[in-house]
Formats: sequence, C-alpha cells, structure tokens
Amino acid sequence: MASVVLSEAEKVYIMHGVQEDLRVDGRGCEDYRCIEVETDVVSNTSGSARVKLGHTDILVGVKAEMGTPKLDRPNEGYLEFFVDCSANATPEFEGRGGEELGTEIANTLYRIFNNESSIDLKLLCINPRENCWVLYVDVLLLECGGNLFDAISVAVKAALFNTRIPKVRVLEEEGGREIELSDDPFDCIRLNVDNVPCIVTLSKIGYRHIVDATLQEEACSLASLLISVTSRGTLTCMKKVGRGSLDPESIFEMMETGKRVGKLLHSSLQTVLDEEEKLGSARKKVGFLG
Amino acid sequence: MRGSRSKALHDQALVNCQYSMATFSTGDRKRRPHGDRQSSEMTLHLKQTFEAAILTQLYPRSQIDIYVQILQADGGNYCASVNAATLAVIDAGIPMRDYVCACSAGFIEETPLADLNYVEEVTGGPQLALALLPKSDQIALLEMNARLHEDHLERIIEAASKACKDVYAVLDQVVREHLQEVTALLGK
Repeated sequence: MASVVLSEAEKVYIMHGVQEDLRVDGRGCEDYRCIEVETDVVSNTSGSARVKLGHTDILVGVKAEMGTPKLDRPNEGYLEFFVDCSANATPEFEGRGGEELGTEIANTLYRIFNNESSIDLKLLCINPRENCWVLYVDVLLLECGGNLFDAISVAVKAALFNTRIPKVRVLEEEGGREIELSDDPFDCIRLNVDNVPCIVTLSKIGYRHIVDATLQEEACSLASLLISVTSRGTLTCMKKVGRGSLDPESIFEMMETGKRVGKLLHSSLQTVLDEEEKLGSARKKVGFLG
Repeated sequence: MRGSRSKALHDQALVNCQYSMATFSTGDRKRRPHGDRQSSEMTLHLKQTFEAAILTQLYPRSQIDIYVQILQADGGNYCASVNAATLAVIDAGIPMRDYVCACSAGFIEETPLADLNYVEEVTGGPQLALALLPKSDQIALLEMNARLHEDHLERIIEAASKACKDVYAVLDQVVREHLQEVTALLGK
C-alpha cells in the first residue's frame, strides 16, 4: 500500500498537533478534507461516480448485467465488488502488485453490504430462481492520498445513487418465459440508497483519534478502527486495522465519534447528490480532466 | 531501477509500459483490467512505440515507467494512449526525438476514414493503427488488421498520417501554452 516515510521529528510534530486538536493542514480532529463528488462520468456504465478526497482519487462504475440468483436467495439479485488498484496510483501496483489491497477493500465492501437493510436486493429480482440483475460495482483507484476506505465507500454510495437499471417485463409464453426490455430508455429502476452505509476510519494518534487521516498521519498512527455507519447512525460493520493495539475504552469513544461524524458525512453527501440531480442536463460536467 | 536488476540494460534505459482498462470502460464488463491477451499486446505496442521515440541511450541502467489507464473506451484506445503518454513523457522532461502522434484509420465503402470510433471498429473491415514522428515523417508503429487491396493502402496511410499531423498541431499548441503559463508563474 502506498505509504510515506516520516522522520521521528515529523511524527512528533504531527502527534503534538493532534493533541492540541490542530492538524498539519489546519483541520480539527473530527474534520474531513474537502470532498469533491461527481456522478454520471462514464457513459458505458449504468451508474458511475468520481470522488476526490484530498489527493485520493476514486472512480466507481456500476454495471447491471443479467444473471441467475444465488441458490440460497432465489428472490434476490446481488452485488459483486471488484477493486482495481491502478499502477498510476503508485508503481507498486504494477502487474499483480495491487491485487492484495484490492481484495482486502473488496472484502470489506462485501462485509459492509452484508445485511438486509443496506440495499433492497428484492428489487433486482426479475424471475425468482431464474433471472436477476447482478450489479457489478467496480472501483478504480487512481491516486492514493490516505483514507482510501472512506473515499471508496462515499464513491460507491454516489455511484449506486446514480445507477439506473432498465425496466424489463417477463412475458409468459408457451415453452418458457421471455424477458422483454422496455422501449423507453428513461423507464428505469432507481435504487434507494438511504440505508447504504459509509465507512468512517478513525486513526489513533497519541491519546486522541482523528478522522480522515492523510498519508502522513497514517504513518504516525499505530492502529485504526474502521466502522461503517448508515445515515441513521447504525453500525453495520467494524474492523480494527493496523499493527498496534487499542484498548476497549478508546474503541467505544471512537465508535461514538464515528457515528457522529458518519451522520454528518451522509447528510452532506445526500445534499450534494440531490443538488446535482436537480440540475439535470443543465449540469456542467467536469469529467476526468478536472 | 525497481524490481529485478537483471532487466537493467547497460547501454540504455528500459521502457516499461502497462496498459490497463477499467473493468467498466467497455460496453460489456471486462473480467480483468490487465494481463489478458489484448492488454498484453497493447502493452508491447506501447513499449515498441516509445522505445522508438525516447532517447533511451541517455539514461543507461535506468527504467522509465509508462502506465496507461483507460477509463472509458470508444475506439482508438491505442492512439489515445500514445497521444496521452507523449504528453506525459514531455511533462516528465524526458528527451524524445519528436512527439509521437497516433491515429487509427479504416476503409469503408471505398472511403478512407480517420480515427474510427467503437461502432466503426466493430463493423469489421480493415483497420490501421499508425504512430508517427511527425517532423521527420518516420513511422514508429504500423499495424493493420483484416485484408485490404494493396492499391488502397497508400490512401489509408495518407489519411492516418494527415490525422497524426493534425494531432501533432494540437499537442504542440497545448504544450507551448502550458509551458508559457508555467514559466510566467516561475518568473513572478
């Protein structure tokens, strides 16, 4: 994973700053960097979003394809996650170098969506036991600038919000069923993303914890807690990452902070997405070159 | 030099490329972003193109990485990659013989077409990819698929090289404008 090497003095400087609730870039401990979100950037997808969080740059594309439901859930469609770490982010990712990190992030995404309330999967069913929509959520990591997980989860939520799945009808005919695609391209299903969780990563630095750590701050932190919260403040997944250890008390403190920050993150993301939606075709697209 | 030192060349720089396509960049979802047959071929083409253009003998025992990432594909992937990579190499300050400009061309109903889009590419018919060093009119890479009568070849190459020179004009203008902006900022 992309990381920076800091000298002892630099680490002490960052740690003392965190203790005074003043970080190197002037933020407080519970502040995010400015997040840029744009949806509908890749026209070959059913839904897409690009998120820039500081120097972290994420592109997510959602593609809806027809598949067969899983045996244990015959009435539901399903989501597939794939994370590709582009060599443009860091040369370490060249060849198969990014696979380990990609799998780790994809597995985390599977876990935060592994509950019934996140997304209404029944909506994706076309024919029980026979046909359903499979949503391939493909994450492309273009640049690493710290706090990958949070940025990716925000991008995934924005892309799912933007996703439009064509409506289909099932025609019962002798000799089997046939699926007919709606003629009107604007006739489509939208997903309800109100309960889609976002990840908040809290990094322990010294005696305090911070959200949205930059690469430099990540280098100072021994352990972090990754929690996924919904807009109502419900936790859907929690995971401790990093080499160091955390004591139980600080975990509870971090959970409280995470919920508070997460709710705020959700509400501001939703506002931005709604605003962008309202502009419709009048919106000026920034695209990849922005 | 990263990775195995055995790859290092004692008299010139090693040009290392990776061509990768986002899984969602095409109409049908791709299963893997790189490492498949098509991407590996593209990687080799890029390597060949830039070995012809970069003054590799200036940097013995070094490595130059060129990573290309396709975000959205609508035909002419190779050509767009080459043009973008040229700009990136210039931005990196790596000396080249000349810009490398690339353009594809096709031949449909007795008409040569420059810069095929996706629909034109999949309709079949002959397809040509040309990478040109425009000032000296040297060809860095030339590849043609499908069969074509020899008599038409010249017209297609003509169309492609004209398009390459048009691309060159645009790239050169952008580089000069950028340079002017940067030097103006430095002067302050």
